[in-house]
Amino acid sequence: MSAELRFPSPFEVETPPGAEGWQEMYPKHMLFSEERRESEEARLWFYNGMHFPEPMTPFDVITAESFYVAIGEMSARFFCIPPAMGIDFRVLNGYVYINSIPVLDPQKVQERAELFQRRAGHYYANWERIYEGWRERVKQEIETLRAISFPELPDVEPDELVFAERGVGTSMSVLEGYNRVIESLFRLAQIHSEVVMIGFAAYLTFYDFCKKAFPEISDQQITGMIGAIDVSMLRPDEEFKALARRAVELGIADKFADGRGWQEVFAELRQSEAGQEWLREWDERSDPWFYVNSGGGLQHHFRAWVDDPSPIFGALIDYIRRVERGETLERDIEAQRQERDRITAEYRELLRTDEDRKAFDELIGLVRKVYYTIEDHRFFADHWYMSTFWNKLRELGQLFVRHGFFREVDDLFYLHWTEVSQALTDLLLSWSVGSEALGPRYWPSVVERRKAILAELRKFNPPPALGVVPETIADPAIVMLWGITPDRLRAWLTPAEGEGNILRGFPASSGTVEGPARVISSVNELETVQEGEILVCPVTEPSWAPIFTKVRGTVTDIGGVMSHAAIVTREYGIPAVLGTGVATKRIRTSQRIRVDGDQGIVTILD
Amino acid sequence: MSGELSTPLTLWFSDVGRDARPLVGGKVASLGELLRAGCRVPTGFAVTSAAYRRFIEATGLDRLIRDTIGGLNADDVAAVDAASQKIQQAFLNSPVPAELADPIRAEYGRLAETLGDPAPAVAVRSSAVAEDTEAASFAGQHDTYLWVQGADEVLDAVLRCWASAFTPRAIAYRAHQQIGLEDAAVAVGVQQMVDPRAAGVMFTLSPRSGDPSLVVVEGSWGPGVAVVGGEVTPDEYWVNKVTLEITRKHISCKSHRYMAESRQGDLRKVEVPEDQQNEPCLTSDEVIELARVGRQLERHYGHALDIEWAVADSLPFPDNIFILQARPETVWSQRQREPVAAGFTDPLSFIVRRLANT
Repeated sequence: MSAELRFPSPFEVETPPGAEGWQEMYPKHMLFSEERRESEEARLWFYNGMHFPEPMTPFDVITAESFYVAIGEMSARFFCIPPAMGIDFRVLNGYVYINSIPVLDPQKVQERAELFQRRAGHYYANWERIYEGWRERVKQEIETLRAISFPELPDVEPDELVFAERGVGTSMSVLEGYNRVIESLFRLAQIHSEVVMIGFAAYLTFYDFCKKAFPEISDQQITGMIGAIDVSMLRPDEEFKALARRAVELGIADKFADGRGWQEVFAELRQSEAGQEWLREWDERSDPWFYVNSGGGLQHHFRAWVDDPSPIFGALIDYIRRVERGETLERDIEAQRQERDRITAEYRELLRTDEDRKAFDELIGLVRKVYYTIEDHRFFADHWYMSTFWNKLRELGQLFVRHGFFREVDDLFYLHWTEVSQALTDLLLSWSVGSEALGPRYWPSVVERRKAILAELRKFNPPPALGVVPETIADPAIVMLWGITPDRLRAWLTPAEGEGNILRGFPASSGTVEGPARVISSVNELETVQEGEILVCPVTEPSWAPIFTKVRGTVTDIGGVMSHAAIVTREYGIPAVLGTGVATKRIRTSQRIRVDGDQGIVTILD
Repeated sequence: MSGELSTPLTLWFSDVGRDARPLVGGKVASLGELLRAGCRVPTGFAVTSAAYRRFIEATGLDRLIRDTIGGLNADDVAAVDAASQKIQQAFLNSPVPAELADPIRAEYGRLAETLGDPAPAVAVRSSAVAEDTEAASFAGQHDTYLWVQGADEVLDAVLRCWASAFTPRAIAYRAHQQIGLEDAAVAVGVQQMVDPRAAGVMFTLSPRSGDPSLVVVEGSWGPGVAVVGGEVTPDEYWVNKVTLEITRKHISCKSHRYMAESRQGDLRKVEVPEDQQNEPCLTSDEVIELARVGRQLERHYGHALDIEWAVADSLPFPDNIFILQARPETVWSQRQREPVAAGFTDPLSFIVRRLANT
């Protein structure tokens, strides 16, 4: 290897002032540690801002724990993706850094190739049936969660329980309930990763084929050929549009005045028959579609629309105004499908040989099925399931609040899940014997301290990567989802000279626009976005869909070809440059910028 | 045979294709083919090789040519020069008989009507008939006359084109190639004069990578010679052939351009006004239309092309887009490349190989 290219060592990164002691929030094995320093410093860790765009509360890291166990197992042990063992992670200053573990021994790669051929082959060959079953399994997990309850601990157990002669009391319902919730998430993570990891493997192959046949083809042209047209992830937005139209039809559009909050509007709607009718429809469409949350599902505080529609309520009002103006909101799905088929046929025609065309036909047949899953699975796993998961834990939080352990329900998320286990046994023991629990005297101050630490950590700018740049990155998911390649890492390290006003990223959705930037760092700021602005954010979520009818372009710090932002911006036909690494730090709100979604260049014009 | 009454003396471009070469010459035949492919070329007509033969027979020039060239030693430069001068002089001194002049005048009149201009400017150029004359250098240096106006001037230019088959170089070349006199026949194209606001070339693949899904358009102000000759850095537009979107453009500083100066087709290099130098020479609509036509021509011919185009100054879009010439692309088309699907048997094995080889 020539001169070793490296980012800062994880051990060089300092704790922000006021965040001292942040390490207490996470189990020791998640931290960079002197014990493993040598191996940790030699690897490349990059900040996974796509899935974890902010410092993680102690409980929320359970999503990293469960998903990386599952991704590792599915990649390394289940399907044996030949060059990839999956993803390791650490938490630094509250931010999640990940490292892809390669298989370097060619002999091992070959052995794994044989296993992969058989195992993934079975899945590819039966993809539609398996994905159908997959959706049912996720729904089953949701049912599992819904069936769990955390009953109040009674003064005296009721007669029925005693005379049932099972010898098991309410404390066991609570304890089992909690353990089942935790197990369910780990299981969901496995189910999730079952289809996704080998999906990326197939997609990467088609991607490479296209890049070889058409060396200058853009990423969005490739996804344009295989992109699914009607995936469930876009459905919540469609339901929103339908509700906007219903509001106009029912003659209650005036209730949705600009700037009004949803509570106020809903309260008024309850007063009229038409309003009640609309609310009934809202409820009907809510389950399951408004279980979409305004984040990516992996943090507790991104509430589902069904719980808190405020981040997207402005968009509903906007839709209603547009319906009133006689605009058509619905996407022309048939036209999109025809355009996709036309583009595919033309690229096919441009291939040089019949052999190439045969391979193209067969690959695209498989990859379209697989890619559909990659786009579609998110609603079921990341949204419907995860929203249900967080809400179920809130029910447990209520029990703790009633017993004085926490001041607020969501304080539970400032404990790691193993700490919650401990708090639970504290609660159950003290309740059963009627003694004083430590919890109420201990946890509230811990929670306050942790909230203060996280507030400081939120101000910290995590370096995009740590450690040593590897020569190759072989994991299909790392390349396709995060867009991390050695070239990109090198570009992060060496910003080209004379490019002070230029940011480079992935051209994710074509077209060029200019306009004022709106830099937002979290979903809570979505409401500030004005018509015609260019959205600049760390990462976007497809559940932000309604916002994309307002903005003219999108720029993100994190994100590759297959990221949520890429999918949704293509869907809405607005130019996007993703994975710039630094957009939210370099661009200020209201600065004029140009977004070139074909070349992946953002220019700061002011 | 020459002189047959059924052989037309003139033919419109729109009535000929590749196969009409013996009658109208290579240049006109390929213009006709471009028309068949559905694109716009500067319109016009050919004075056929039959007209040429009729002319030399009617004027007795055929005998003069035979007598002068027969037995000529092609390596004797002085003798070739003398023969050339004698023959060319005789051409220019021979009035075009009415049986030829009338139809040529009539066609020019029709062209005038088509273009809505009583005396339209035309380009008159020889269009060689012989087989291997793509290079066509022997057809003579001054075989193109630009900005020719009025029927008399057209007749005069046609005569000069005929004479140009007997430049010293052309005579020597034919002798060396053992091309018979018969094949000295020259057809002449009389073509609408396009005054290009901008002109240039386009490739129906990426010259950088060979990517066949792109059309790359290069253009500059004025006639295309500056671009073809590499004298200016042209504006560059990359267009996705499938979606017809401009994916990249690079606007250069185009400091000078050519302008037609005389009817001999001489071009003078002039400075481009400063405020125009860095302006794009094409609108987006024009770029996209060119790319669309490029794709259409590529389909027609069945292979990648290198195309010369011009955008006329005085016509509205899209009537201002003209194709001047299309040749097979040679660089990438001749390169040996491994099929993208090399070793493909089925998708699964292909995926496995991709993963295992990384």
